[in-house]
Amino acid sequence: MLSLQNRKDILFLSILAAILLIVLPMGLDAFRLNLIGKYLTYAFVTIGLVACWGDSGILSLGQGIFFGLGGYCMAMFLKLQASTLEATKNQSTPGIPDFMDWNQITALPWFWKPFHSLSFSLIAMMVIPAVLAVVIGAAMFKRRVGGTYFAIITQAIASVLTILIVGQQGYIGGVNGITDLRTLDGWDIRTDHAKYILYYAGVVLLLACLLLLRFVRKSKLGRILRAMRDQEDRVRFSGYNVANFKIFIFALAAAMAGIGGALFTLEVGFMSPTFVGIVPSIEMVIYCAVGGRNSLVGAVYGTLLVNWARTSFSESFPEIWTFAMGGLFIAIVLFLPGGLASLYQNYIDPYVCRILKGNGRQTSHTVDKAI
Amino acid sequence: MTIQNDPLLSVENLSVSFDGFKAVDDLSFQLEKGEIRVIIGPNGAGKTTVLDLICGRTKATSGSIQFEGRELTRLKEYDIVRAGVGRKFQTPSVYEDLTVFENLEISYPSGRSVFEALFFRRNKEIIDRIKEISEMIFLDNQLDRKAADLSHGQKQWLEIGMLLIQDPALLMLDEPVAGMTVSERVRTAELLQRIIQSRSVLVIEHDMGFVEKIAHRVTVLHQGRIISDGSMEHVKNDPKVVEVYLGH
Amino acid sequence: MLSGYSFNDLASIFVMQSFAGLILFSVFLLMALGLAIVFGQMGVINMAHGEFMILGAYTTYVCSYIFAQWMPALFGLYFFIAVILSFIVAGAVGMFLEWSLIRFLYKRPLDTLLATWGVSLILQQIFRSTFGAREVGVTLPDWMMGSWNLSETIQIPINGMIVIAITLLITIVIYGLLYKSGWGKQVRAVMQNRTMAGDVGINTERVDRFTFGLGCGVAGVAGAAFTMIGSTSPTAGQQYIVDTFLVVAFGGTESLGGTIASAFSISQARSILEFFLSGSMAQVLVLLTVIGILMLRPQGLFALKVRR
Repeated sequence: MLSLQNRKDILFLSILAAILLIVLPMGLDAFRLNLIGKYLTYAFVTIGLVACWGDSGILSLGQGIFFGLGGYCMAMFLKLQASTLEATKNQSTPGIPDFMDWNQITALPWFWKPFHSLSFSLIAMMVIPAVLAVVIGAAMFKRRVGGTYFAIITQAIASVLTILIVGQQGYIGGVNGITDLRTLDGWDIRTDHAKYILYYAGVVLLLACLLLLRFVRKSKLGRILRAMRDQEDRVRFSGYNVANFKIFIFALAAAMAGIGGALFTLEVGFMSPTFVGIVPSIEMVIYCAVGGRNSLVGAVYGTLLVNWARTSFSESFPEIWTFAMGGLFIAIVLFLPGGLASLYQNYIDPYVCRILKGNGRQTSHTVDKAI
Repeated sequence: MTIQNDPLLSVENLSVSFDGFKAVDDLSFQLEKGEIRVIIGPNGAGKTTVLDLICGRTKATSGSIQFEGRELTRLKEYDIVRAGVGRKFQTPSVYEDLTVFENLEISYPSGRSVFEALFFRRNKEIIDRIKEISEMIFLDNQLDRKAADLSHGQKQWLEIGMLLIQDPALLMLDEPVAGMTVSERVRTAELLQRIIQSRSVLVIEHDMGFVEKIAHRVTVLHQGRIISDGSMEHVKNDPKVVEVYLGH
Repeated sequence: MLSGYSFNDLASIFVMQSFAGLILFSVFLLMALGLAIVFGQMGVINMAHGEFMILGAYTTYVCSYIFAQWMPALFGLYFFIAVILSFIVAGAVGMFLEWSLIRFLYKRPLDTLLATWGVSLILQQIFRSTFGAREVGVTLPDWMMGSWNLSETIQIPINGMIVIAITLLITIVIYGLLYKSGWGKQVRAVMQNRTMAGDVGINTERVDRFTFGLGCGVAGVAGAAFTMIGSTSPTAGQQYIVDTFLVVAFGGTESLGGTIASAFSISQARSILEFFLSGSMAQVLVLLTVIGILMLRPQGLFALKVRR
């Protein structure tokens, strides 16, 4: 018989899957569904933040770096696909992306060349963010840097990356980003049909990432992370190399953010530095905080909710929206640090437990974290 | 010289200074296998710093620490733990978000690398060992409770249990009975008597009654230096000690 | 990148760029002092620090407008009034912020980052609603527009010298406040041991509030200086929080000297590189170098005691 917690997890995941796979596609038109799909790509970042920030106490204000790297990897592949000799025959150098031609670049730069390959691009969108995370993590965590300092350094790196991309008009598309993306290995990504497929692919990947993170959080590694968050020295003096655990979870979150970014590029059809810098990075943190920094499904709902509110309000009342966003940061921190998930925990969970109790046995000696 | 005669821990000319302030000054002492040594001394004598130096939390400015023939000053903290040195902190450090069972499980010496921890599975051996330890530390009926809900004394016991499960050759305890009620103190003394049978122990303690009960040998530290060393009886009557410490 | 310049050209470029860098240095230094005071004292990073600078910049703008409109005779002196008002306005808003928000978050430094980010968004929107989204610039009085010709190719602008003089003055005043006054003793006592300081009768809440206000006030003065090198817009402050934190971290000590040296080297490196590379590449290069050094040597920061 499954434990109560396992049954709850199955329930939560099923509800989320039902909403994303059945309810929303039935209730929304293609345009709205594509918007939801776009929001869900941010959820890849926020569930990583639950593992990093909520579980392990590592707050990164630079997750946009990894989201952006994943997105750019995909965009570079798609851009090369769109820049066939045929399509670019009017350029002074045919066969290279249009923005390079506009900037008097006459040959494809070396770092673009591997992105002709789909498999390379798919691997790169996860591996490049993860490797960068390992480098940053190794430099910081091995030297016992954490907390506020780590948060600001990650923010600084996000800021540098944005300035770099904006400054390199010719090599990476500058402030406009990489636009006018059309096909993925011959398959047109701009049709309504393609948008549906991409939406479902995104949801399935997100659910897979949720399951993977659930496995990590339920493993002994997950418990070590929470132990480390509260008593780092005790873990260290129990024979663990604390830095390696932090690097692992940071890199895992980065790889997931990369997947999210790549999906974002596919669903939206372009990638630009707007999704890399300080502002998107910290906003992703607030999506996570609204849903609940300790709850994976909470983070997904938080992401959907804040973005839905943004789209609804910011079109008609842009001024009010900025105030509301600012107020949200303050209010969540002051009044609801556990996010919506803590409301659930306090008011609804007791009923759910009563319903699910049945003949469940709690023998695991564990306070399992809800998913 | 044969191996049997070697001390377990041998500290030689150990010094550390913070911004010119010598917290530990040219300290040398040896700890035999199975010996229970208590370090006493007034506040600021450098007692906790000595433990910090041995377990690698503080890096020594000069000097050497030999443990079973290995030089500890060059090892990382986790390697020192793996070599067999366990350390209990002054304030109880337990993982409040986890159950007593999980607290002990994390301390159990297996699955210590990232990937071993990821694919770690509880087996009967580990569960039995956790049950055995939990009985020793009077928490066998509390295994499923969150550590946050334990009393102060129970947390201290839990942390001692977390060290025991590592089965260290050298156990270092920083004020194990501080903040405990009288009855908790008695049980802790009993507990310590039982667990120190098979290992060497280095204890910092202020409670003289408690010291007298457990110490084989007492070392008095003052301003980072040893001013007296020997049996409790000897130390008590040493005029230097009386002057700086007991006399006040 | 050096080809095509004669030695004399290079020397004048060097001098003039370093002078341009000096105003940036003033802004960095004032911002960093404010941030370092608050961070060192309370372990709190105020993400709205850049907005306090912009608050000072808008105060200066309003001041110049009022003087030009109603007191043209005194226009020559407005900048000095503006500096004082910038300090008072930013300081008062800072104290209000401490009282209404920050004091509830002292034990949660990471949450403070998020909450003060919210404050920065709100301040930005207030600026936008009040002054519009467009950039505004101040007009300088004639006597400050001139420059002092050191040689034929080297001209030193007078406004720059004034900004630097004000910066030096403020640095000295802060040094005096922190290290020579009774109040500074209280601040440092709280910094080192909050509980103990409270026990010996220091009103730690009041010390916190004034310290936070002082930090924000100094950022306001940085804003007044900022009007000399950039135009003021609602979001102009955002980038500065990162730069400023890097200056503080790079300086790496609680000592004023470290902050000054780091503000100086970062602003100079950027200003001189800017002449040879594009502005953004100079910034990237300098920031990357600083981040790289900080990754290898974060110890500098630990001297700024983060309360755990």
